[in-house]
This record gives sequence, structure tokens and C-alpha cells, in this order.
Amino acid sequence: MAYQKRTKDQLARRVAQDIFDGAYVNLGIGMPTTVANHIPAGREIILHSENGILGMGPAPAEGQEDYDLINAGKQPVSLLAGGAYFHHADSFAMMRGGHLDICVLGAFQVSAKGDLANWSTGEPGAIPAVGGAMDLAIGARQTWVMMDLLTKKGESKIVERCTYPLTGIGCVKKIYTELCTLECTPQGLKLVDTVEGLTHAELEKLVGLPIAA
Amino acid sequence: MINKIAASIAEALADVRDGSTVLIAGFGTSGIPAELIDGLIAQGAKDLTVVNNNAGNADHGLAALLKAGRVRKIVCSFPRQVDSWVFDELYRSGKLELELVPQGNLAERIRAAGAGIGAFFCPTAYGTELAKGKETREIGGRHYVLEYPIHGDVALVKAEAGDRWGNLVYRKAARNFGPVMATAAKLTVATVHEIRELGELDPEAIVTPGIFVNRIVKIPRVATQGAGFKKAA
Repeated sequence: MAYQKRTKDQLARRVAQDIFDGAYVNLGIGMPTTVANHIPAGREIILHSENGILGMGPAPAEGQEDYDLINAGKQPVSLLAGGAYFHHADSFAMMRGGHLDICVLGAFQVSAKGDLANWSTGEPGAIPAVGGAMDLAIGARQTWVMMDLLTKKGESKIVERCTYPLTGIGCVKKIYTELCTLECTPQGLKLVDTVEGLTHAELEKLVGLPIAA
Repeated sequence: MINKIAASIAEALADVRDGSTVLIAGFGTSGIPAELIDGLIAQGAKDLTVVNNNAGNADHGLAALLKAGRVRKIVCSFPRQVDSWVFDELYRSGKLELELVPQGNLAERIRAAGAGIGAFFCPTAYGTELAKGKETREIGGRHYVLEYPIHGDVALVKAEAGDRWGNLVYRKAARNFGPVMATAAKLTVATVHEIRELGELDPEAIVTPGIFVNRIVKIPRVATQGAGFKKAA
């Protein structure tokens, strides 16, 4: 049976659906940022930005940008009523201290047991940059990854063992992709859902690893 | 009488020495003390180690300091940006040493220096390349990496307002590394846009108490310019 991939919006909506009312959440740079646009009505969540903002709001209207108020991607944002500013050491204490409920990050690879590789492709000559990725990955109570399951070559980004440099060990709890939602456990992958028409067996074949039902 | 207000940036930076470690606040261009960096370029100190979250944008500010050949080593979390060409070139040609530090460790190592902590165990980066060769310990079933403080000879900070005792308040997310860096250097210099009389800054809202600040300089207000990000297509 044929199946349809989740569009980028559908994927963002799928992630947003699992963010509970009252959660403190950090959304990583890139695709995870779009999750903010899909939080179900009636849920109040508080967005954290590592450069010292809680209660971060959407991008301001054109002409209203204030570059003293930017997100981790250095793009202008706003502050909701009730929001707060704080310095960098406090901001990262919120992660490492286990105060942040959820962070959603992009990834190059995730292992079945939740190892994360998302900061470097390890290419020689590339300029390394890590930012807050390693602190976020191990600091939030739950680290979720949002990514395409398959590379452009059709290879699975969920792997038995990461070949790219690691960001954190055993830190990823859930993986949201265009085809499925999975949990990482110490025993390996566990199925949460797939897109309509994609069977469990077909998904295991694409990933190349066993996935517990 | 205590008066930490310096007449000019040149006066405030006059005794910065060659070989200094300079903590420079800011996240991208937000909170970057651009006027103090320009002052450091004019002052002439060289062979510097610079600690900043990034490694400069375009050709001005920190990038200009790098371009002027004054910096031997940079300690930062995210050097690579769309407009970090000055850093990229110096790094690739081996003219600039880089110590890459996860952002939270950068903040905490600076905080530790300011708080007199000898070293600390931190879970960040355990098992990764960035913890290679570092001492580790298992505490309560969790793995930690031993991290050492980052002390500054000089800290350059951009604040919003201050008074002659050196008390500071900041503006929005431009606060970022300012308050921690202010605690961690032998000489902390801050720019402010407004100088207030003693007692005018709400004591409940002072972010950096004056004990951490040596000199403040008033500068004109110029809106922070965006930098370091890719515009959405």
C-alpha cells in the first residue's frame, strides 16, 4: 500500500501534539523552531532561548525588530507578558539542572539507544561549532529529535551506532520523522506511530534495525 | 569618594597589557561591547586570548580585532557563522588557535572563575570529542567531566545603565554573558548609555553589583545591528 510522507508542517504538528500544557521547552535552530507555530490551542507552553529568555514570543512585525532581543539563531523575536531575561550561567543552569522539560533538536544521526550526533559531520577542514547543543542534549528532562528519517541517498539516519561525532550519549528519548515516531530505549527502538499505509515491517526494512511494537 | 566613571574608553583601557585574556560579552552582536573592542584595537594590546561566544561578524568589532592580528587564541562555542569570514580565514591558515567549548561550559567556567571555584564536574560533553583527555567521574550513577575555570585579565561588558559605584543593569537579551564575565576578570570595564545618580537604580533590580565592576564609560546609544544569521529564503 502506498503511503504519504508527513510534510514539514505535519511533522511540526506531530511534535507539537506531544508537548504538554505548562511545559518549559527549548526549540533548536532550524526545523524545530517551526514547532512553535503548531502548539494546539488551549495549551500554554513557555519557550526558553539559551541566550537568556523565558517566555519567548514570535518574530516581530517588519520594522519592529530589536536586535537586543534575538533567539539562539540570532533572529529577532519578541517577549510575551510574563517573560524574563537572565544571564548565560542561569540559562544553562535551567538545562543542566533539569528544569527544562523538553528540548527539540535536529540531528545528523541518532542511535537506537538514543546517542545523538548533531554538531559536526567530522569533515576535515570544516570549522567546528557546537554552541549549546551538548548542554541541551544532556540537560533537558526529555530530548526529542526532529529530522528526516532518510538521507538524500535513502540511507537511514537512525543507526545502530553513530558514525558522526557524538553530541551526547543515550540522551534522545523520542524521534519524530517524516515517516514515523519512535522511542529510544536502553533495549533499542520502540514504535510509537507510522504514517498511514506504512507497515511496521516496511519501516523496519527502511531503518534496518529491529523496532519493538 | 568612589568614582568608577572613566572619562573615555581610551582612559578605561589604558593599562590593558599584551598577552591578556580578554572576556568579551555578547551573543552574536547582541550585547557585544563594540565601542570597547574598537578601543582595544586603538589601544594596541596584542597576543591576546579572547573569550566570546562567537568569533566575530563581518569586518567590524571582534572580527576587526582578529583581522588586526592582535589575537593569538580564541575560546568560544560557535565560531562558524554566515559572516565569520575573518575568523574562517585565520583559522584555516593556522594563524589563530581555537578552543571550542560547549556554550554552557563556557558560561559555567567563567562563573566558576568569578566565584572562586577551583574546578567542577559537569555532565556536558561526556563521551564526546570535546571531553577527550579530560578527567571524568561517576557521581550518583551519572558521568561527569572535570572542567576548570576561565579567568580573565580584562572583561569588556555592554550594559544599559550604571552609577558611579559601578552598579549595572542591562537591556533585554543583550545581558547574556555580561554579568558572569564581569565577575571573572581582574579589570572589568562596562559601557553604559545612561549614568544614574546613586540610589536611582532600583536596588531590587541591579543585575551586576558594583563590586564586580572597575570602570564604566558612557557611550551614545546606537541600535544593535543584526548579524550572524541566515535570512529566511
